[in-house]
Amino acid sequence: MDIQALAKDIPEQGEYSLEGIDFITSGKQYLTFLLAEEQYAVDILCVEEIRSWEQPTVIPNAPKYVKGVINMRGIIVPIIDLRLKFNIGQATYSDITVVIVLTVEIEDQSRTIGFVVDAVSDVLNVEDNEIKNSPYFGGCVPQSYIEGLINVGAKVVTLLNVETLQLIEKHKVD
Amino acid sequence: MSVDLSQFIPTFLEESFEGLELMESSLLKLDAGDDDSINSIFRAAHSIKGGAGTFGFDNITEFTHLVETLLDEIRDGRRDITAKDKELLLVSVDCMRLLIEAARDDADYDEDKITQTTQLLEQTLDIKSTSSNVEKRLGNSNTGKPKDKIWHITFIPEHHLIQTGNDPLLLFNALADLGNLTLKAKTDLLPAITEMDATELYISWELTLTSDASEEDIREVFEWVEDECKLEIIEVEPTSVSNAIETHDSSDTRIAVATELSNVATALATDKSAIGIQSSEKTDKNKAKSKQDLGSIRVGVDKVDSLINLMGELVITQSMLSELGNDFDISKLEKLKSGLDQLLQNTKELQESVMKIRMLPISFAFNRFPRLVHDLSLKTGKEINLVIRGEQTELDKTVMEQIGDPLVHLVRNAVDHGIESSDIRLANGKPKSGTITLDAYHQGGNIVIEIGDDGAGINREAVLRKAIEKGLVDSGATLTDSQVFDLLFEPGFSTAKEISDISGRGVGMDVVKRNIQSLGGRIQVESEPGKGSKFKVNLPLTLAILDGQLVRVGTEVYIIPLITIVESLQAKEEFINKVSGDMTLYRLRDDNVPVIPIYQLFNLPADTKEVNNSLLVVVEADGQKVGLMVDDLLAQQQVVIKSLKDNYQQVEGISGATILGDGSVAMILDVPGMIEMAMKRAQEKQSEHTLEGALV
Repeated sequence: MDIQALAKDIPEQGEYSLEGIDFITSGKQYLTFLLAEEQYAVDILCVEEIRSWEQPTVIPNAPKYVKGVINMRGIIVPIIDLRLKFNIGQATYSDITVVIVLTVEIEDQSRTIGFVVDAVSDVLNVEDNEIKNSPYFGGCVPQSYIEGLINVGAKVVTLLNVETLQLIEKHKVD
Repeated sequence: MSVDLSQFIPTFLEESFEGLELMESSLLKLDAGDDDSINSIFRAAHSIKGGAGTFGFDNITEFTHLVETLLDEIRDGRRDITAKDKELLLVSVDCMRLLIEAARDDADYDEDKITQTTQLLEQTLDIKSTSSNVEKRLGNSNTGKPKDKIWHITFIPEHHLIQTGNDPLLLFNALADLGNLTLKAKTDLLPAITEMDATELYISWELTLTSDASEEDIREVFEWVEDECKLEIIEVEPTSVSNAIETHDSSDTRIAVATELSNVATALATDKSAIGIQSSEKTDKNKAKSKQDLGSIRVGVDKVDSLINLMGELVITQSMLSELGNDFDISKLEKLKSGLDQLLQNTKELQESVMKIRMLPISFAFNRFPRLVHDLSLKTGKEINLVIRGEQTELDKTVMEQIGDPLVHLVRNAVDHGIESSDIRLANGKPKSGTITLDAYHQGGNIVIEIGDDGAGINREAVLRKAIEKGLVDSGATLTDSQVFDLLFEPGFSTAKEISDISGRGVGMDVVKRNIQSLGGRIQVESEPGKGSKFKVNLPLTLAILDGQLVRVGTEVYIIPLITIVESLQAKEEFINKVSGDMTLYRLRDDNVPVIPIYQLFNLPADTKEVNNSLLVVVEADGQKVGLMVDDLLAQQQVVIKSLKDNYQQVEGISGATILGDGSVAMILDVPGMIEMAMKRAQEKQSEHTLEGALV
């Protein structure tokens, strides 16, 4: 029996029609979150889990935005505060501060990093052609981290590139 | 039905390497008339050839075929094995390894070496060969394509042929590759449909093959089903094949073979000695190596069984505890305690068994030495016996992989510097051939590997003279033997009069020491003039778990590897000295130990910032003692080492992280790294100072 042939028979995502459930989609899904007043989004397939804030173990002499490491089911996961990294808003930690843990495969190696954000807001369904290029002047977030902009109603969501986010510490300067 | 063969390639490669190792070790032990050894060598070569053919590595198949032909002749007693043949076979094994490695890494290989060896093999086979294969080969090269023959093949398979996983269609396809194939299926044995079993084969075939292939070639196709069928191969129209064989002047060829052989052997040996010393080469090899490191482990069934048993006990304990928890009251406290004890016992045993899975007998690392010593003794002209003991001593796989190169270096040194040449030995009243001993045994939680030789021993005076010459020691200093021998591990130290291929570049021993230290081990030297030297390597059994001392600095908990700790003490004011600006020294008996406050090094808040009355943990690394200033000493416990590199990056002064009993993460301190950091800081401070001075 050829498994690959069987796999071809499985309908593509989006061909399912489950009535009344609103995650039917043909484009990609993105998780949006808040840094101060601004909306950001990442590819939802990279999201490993969403955790509440806990005090991590400090890494000696690490840059300020690297808060430390935590134990996530036996894996040592570094925690990076995006607010400090991008210099947006105030970095305060309370019971409702959230950590989004992202996993990405880069060159056969999977890396898992947690990112501190102010709040998680929504899941967006976005077609590829709805993602607009970001203008080349602007804010605190370096251009290489931005994949594009998405218009949601009157608001704009910045779509972040997860791979460059994961490489964050490689750009680090001591 | 098509099977994706490529998924089996890693297995094939792994088995081939095992086969090559077997061939090599059997060859080294091989004496004339030793049928068992020659058979096992032949079988190994045969499976490699078969596998390579299946996976389409044609160059391996072709080369191995030649080797196999030679082996076949020896096996059948048609050829007496000579030392030259043995050497040629060893070189061939090297070539096969080259080819297989090239196949694994998808890389290029040294084609010249293969061609050279192929020619040698062909020449060797020519001299005495009567095998039809070689005649055919010669016929091919001398008279062009021989005429096609017509073969009539009757193939009557037994009914269960399909059940054993064989498919006649594949056989026919293979035959069709040899030439023009026509076939006729005979169905006269077909039973009535009611009696038919769908898993059995009732058809037989008559095939006609027009091909230049020999009967052997055809038989080879049926090799796997030979025992499960009736097979008749008849040549229908015999055609005369010109079996022209060039008449060689056999003595000439033999000499040519011998000289060329030694050329190849030397070339190979040189290559081998270059590995491990030249770091520039390493970078190219890193890629291949990392691939190799990911390899699989073969685990004995008994180990897996014991794991399953332990797992069963753990499950029972768990269910007992959860039942206890369902309606717990204080009267059941005793029961809970004993349950928890049991859980502790189970987890400990489970941990031990899991660690055992990573343990391999050290023979994996020792295997390469018979060949190495054999090659080196050929090259240096010294007669050397190699004695290996304790091959079954088990060692963690990671440690094993990293200890290989240092051991090679030590053995090479023993051959080159240790063992004297035969005439000197005889003059000194020693047996003509030298002995190198490799020994491995467990001692406490460590494994000890000893590399000994019965050679000249280390010349204390020469070492000392050299050290004074290099400015490593003051000329007036009096040193103990072990202090003198430790000088051997200083960078750039070599007492060899001339630099040889084998050793003496002076880059070796310090690298050896560093490698062993990076594994958490140490190396000692014992030597007696005229009687020989012994290098003792002491290694931890595993890298995955470490005994640690938990210490607190401010709010953070750090782990200091227990093996590095000399002692812990409370600093007393009278022993604290401030010297050379801002450095704090602590007088520990006769030593002055620099104090490194961890809070300063890591920029942390701490309870105590004053050295006086603080807790100092005196640690030693690279022979340097330092006092680490901590706020509190906590428990000692075994910790499982987790990498920080996986998801983050290497952190200076930290060797890894671990998870404590309460689920929090604690960093494991890298003592040599911390000393380096502290030194760097001090230097920065000094250069800042000189800068300021210059500006004023």
